[in-house]
Formats: sequence, C-alpha cells, structure tokens
Amino acid sequence: MAETFLRRRAPELFGVAALAASVLVFEALIRGGVVNRYIIPPPSDILLAFERVIVEENILTRCRDTAIEMIIAGCAAVLVGVPIGALLYRSSLWRRAMEDWIGALAAAPIVLAFPLFLVLFGRSPKTIIVMGFVHGLAPIILKTVEGLASTRPVLINVGRSLKMTPSQMFWKILFPSALPVIFTGIRLSWTFVLITIVGVEYLINLGGLGQLINELAERYDLPGTYAGICFVVMVSVLFFVALERVEAWLQPGR
Amino acid sequence: MASNMNQSAEAALVIDDVVKRFGRGQEIVTAVDHVSFSVKQGEFVSVIGPSGCGKSTLFNIIGGLLGDYEGAVKIGDERISAPHPAVGMVFQEESTFPWRTVIDNVAFPLELQGVAKSERIDRAHHFIDMVGLASFEKAFPSQLSGGMKQRVSIARTLVSQPKILLMDEPFAALDEQTRLLLGDKITQIQQQLNQTTLLITHNLTEAVQLSDRIVVMTYRPGRVKRIVNIDLPRPRTSDVVGSDAFGHYVAEIWNDLREEASRGMADSESAASRRAAHG
Ligand SMILES: Nc1ncnc2c1ncn2[C@@H]1O[C@H](COP(=O)(O)OP(=O)(O)OP(=O)(O)O)[C@@H](O)[C@H]1O
Ligand SMILES: [Mg+2]
Repeated sequence: MAETFLRRRAPELFGVAALAASVLVFEALIRGGVVNRYIIPPPSDILLAFERVIVEENILTRCRDTAIEMIIAGCAAVLVGVPIGALLYRSSLWRRAMEDWIGALAAAPIVLAFPLFLVLFGRSPKTIIVMGFVHGLAPIILKTVEGLASTRPVLINVGRSLKMTPSQMFWKILFPSALPVIFTGIRLSWTFVLITIVGVEYLINLGGLGQLINELAERYDLPGTYAGICFVVMVSVLFFVALERVEAWLQPGR
Repeated sequence: MASNMNQSAEAALVIDDVVKRFGRGQEIVTAVDHVSFSVKQGEFVSVIGPSGCGKSTLFNIIGGLLGDYEGAVKIGDERISAPHPAVGMVFQEESTFPWRTVIDNVAFPLELQGVAKSERIDRAHHFIDMVGLASFEKAFPSQLSGGMKQRVSIARTLVSQPKILLMDEPFAALDEQTRLLLGDKITQIQQQLNQTTLLITHNLTEAVQLSDRIVVMTYRPGRVKRIVNIDLPRPRTSDVVGSDAFGHYVAEIWNDLREEASRGMADSESAASRRAAHG
C-alpha cells in the first residue's frame, strides 16, 4: 500500500526533492561566497522577505490584479483564437496565406511594442490586457487549425456515412477530436500572456506583480524582488492547475 | 415491370458493372474493373482479394463515400452516389470516438436522429449486449482492447438498424483467436437479425466461416475472378473451421487466390527494389 503510494507519487516527490536540493546548493554556494549575494540573494533571505512583501507591499492584492488581467486576456485569446482557427481551417487559401504570419506573430517579442499600445490605450490596465491578449492569440489559432486538420479521416468518414450536417460534423467530430491539441495551444498561449502581462506591468510601471518587482528592484531590495518573482510563479502554477482541471473535466477518458 | 420488381425485392444490393479509376493520363490506376454481383436479402456475402486489389475502393463506392464512378450500385431502384440511410458502414481502421463512453459511442447515430435520451440509451444498451460488452458501457475506448473497440463500432453501426451492413476488414488488426470468436458473434447477430451483410476481407478462413457466398477478386485491376457458394450448414459456429467441408472450401479458394496474391507480392517487391535502386 505505502509502496504503491510512493511509486505513484514518485515523479512529484522527485520534483520537490530536486527543487529542495537545488535551493540548498544555492544557499551553500552563496554563503560560501562562490556566488555573489548581491546578484542572487540566499534562498533563506528570500523566504524571510515573504512576510515583508505580504504585509508591507500588499502583494496579495497585486497577485489579484495580475490574475484578473490574466483571466481577461487569456479567456479573450481563447474566445477569439479558436473561432479564427476554425475559419482558417475551412479556407485553405486563407490558411496558406496567414499561417506563416501568425507563426511570426507568435514568435515576435510583442512586449517591445508597448509604446504603440500606450498611445492606443493609454497608461491603463487596458494596455496590459490587450498586449497579453495579442501575444496569446497566435498559439491558439495555430493549434486550433492543427488540431482540426489532424482529425483522423476515418472519423470524418463515419460522420459522412451517417449523413451529418456540416455543423454537426464540426461540433460532434472535428471539435472534440481537436480539443487535446487546442489545449496544448491554450497552455502555450497562457504562458505568453502571463509573460507579457508581467513584463508590461514592469515596463510601464503600472498594475500588479510586474510593477512591484520593478519597485523592489529599483530599491535594490533583492530578496524582495526574488520573493515577488516567486509569487509570479505561484500565479502561473495556479492557472495551469485550473487549466488542467478544466481539460480533465471536458475530456474524460483521455 | 413485374420481373423487375421481383428482382429488386430479392436482391437487397446490386453491383452492376462498376469501374473506378484513379489519377489521369499516364498515371491512371484502375482500382475496380467491371465488377458485378449482388447480395440477396438476409444473405452474407464476402469479397476477398489480395491487398491493393480495390476492396476498400469498392466499399467506399457502395457506402456512397466515392460518388464518382462508372456503372451502378443499386439499392432498390436507387443508384448510390452519396451515403444511403439503408447502408451501415464499419471501417477498416479503428473508428470509435475516444471522447465518448461506449454507450455514448453506440447511441451516437440515434443522437443525430434526435431520438429521446431514454430511448436511445435503451436501444444502444440492446446492441451493446448483443456484441457482448454489457459490463463496459461506461468505459472509454482507451480502456478497451482492439477487438472490443471494433465491437463498439459494429454496435454503433447496428443501432440504426441498417438494411445492409457493410464491413471493411473489421478484424484485420486482430489476432486469429479473437478473430474466430468475433466471427461467432457476427454469425449469431446475422442470424438473429437476418442481417443482409457484405464483408470485405483478405482472410480466407474468416470468409468461409461467415459467408453464404464469396466473391473472389483478382489483383490489379480488381475484377471478379469467381463467385463461390458456401454450402455449410447454418446455424454455424467457429467449430465449422475443423470440418472437412471447410477445409475443402479453403483449399479451393486458395487455389484461386494464390495466383493473385503472388502477382500482388511480385508487384510490391519490384516496386520496393525500384525504390531501393532510386534511393
Ligand atoms: N484516392 C486514391 N487515389 C489514387 N489511388 C488510389 C486511391 N485509393 C486507392 N487507390 C489505389 O487503388 C488501388 C486499390 O486500393 P484499395 O485501398 O481499394 O485496396 P484494398 O484492396 O482495400 O487493399 P487493402 O487490403 O490493403 O486494404 C490501390 O492500388 C491504391 O493505390
Ligand atoms: Mg482496404
């Protein structure tokens, strides 16, 4: 019983152990003077800084602000990206015309275009959300096209033999078959969205965690800065756990 | 007129001088070449031939998935050029929906027809029982073996009670034992429903075990080489495989097939050596 539990949880336990081990190694390297503590503060100092950033810097409200921007931008990317992907799938001309451009969009460092967005949307959360959305759009479009196009031909033939209408074919065969690939796209997209949101918060010094990290860094509060980064990681973990739940709920049995 | 009506009442499916070519110009491939035969109401007919002789092409034409062909496939007086509601198809490749449970897979065609939920569950249940998967209704295909998935596909096709059941090598991917046992299942079902069935196969024992008649095809172009009546007693089980009569039929048809199969093999060998010489 205990043994099977250990075996089943082995990857997670191993992950935690590896993390703990690398933290200890860093602690030793820094305290031993091998790594400069003004570049990387010792993990124990970062841990101590948690209390300070929570109490003094209101980091939880900032997490909330970043999370809200993330939810809006991430969901908008899904709601817009999936239909665009579906339309591109249906028109091979548009698809061939657009796919490379969208791929380029996915690879472009959109964060650097922040002055343009500032002019368009002002120094407000709107800018942050729109930029996150734009960066998160491409992977969803591309993976939606890919997912729909990789539907097994025999399943489409089953649909044809049952005389399904085009809309039945889409909703009952193509879309469910593409879902796992679409979710890969969403995961990629949300990574981009979070990077962009925190990055733009940092750059325009507005909003949630990104701004706080900016402030702490300017104050040379390195343990605080790293503590802030830990909170970004936590927000991202939260989103990915939630996404995994939704995925498992939408497609049991796979 | 009267004789015409008589004929169509007897033959559920008529394949009349069907020709299908792929490609154009120099590259033309004749996959099906002047094929004619018919399947009577309640009859079990197999089409057997070596790989690449045009069996799946014929299957797709009869199922209405390949509308562009010469000659006629007829159900009653209707020439098939699109999927026909009287025909239920079981495909060569695995074709269950991985995102649906067994029962939801089988109930799928009824869902499309707008049958009320309780009724479609009942009807799906009936056919799942028939293929022997009653205890797996809530399972997902990923939890089933290959043979079980194929039974799900068969139940999903039977649930809309097609007049003609059309199967393309449904057991091709299975081992011999599973194949024989599933053959029993198919025979039972066919006798229970008096199901008109056309089975495409390249497996000799399977064809003899199941069929009333066997259409033997030639290798490229796919023509009808011979049609053999199988006079084995019904009801049949896989026990028949051990009988003398069975062995006699297998030997007889193998005689016809051997020539075709070796032509097919020589063909693919020379193609492979050409590829090797080029590559
Ligand atoms: N869409 C197509 N375009 C061009 N050629 C095709 C097409 N479909 C089939 N063919 C050709 O027609 C011939 C018959 O193919 P088919 O799939 O009907 O064979 P089969 O008897 O079902 O073979 P198997 O037993 O391997 O399934 C083959 O030579 C194949 O290359
Ligand atoms: Mg085939």
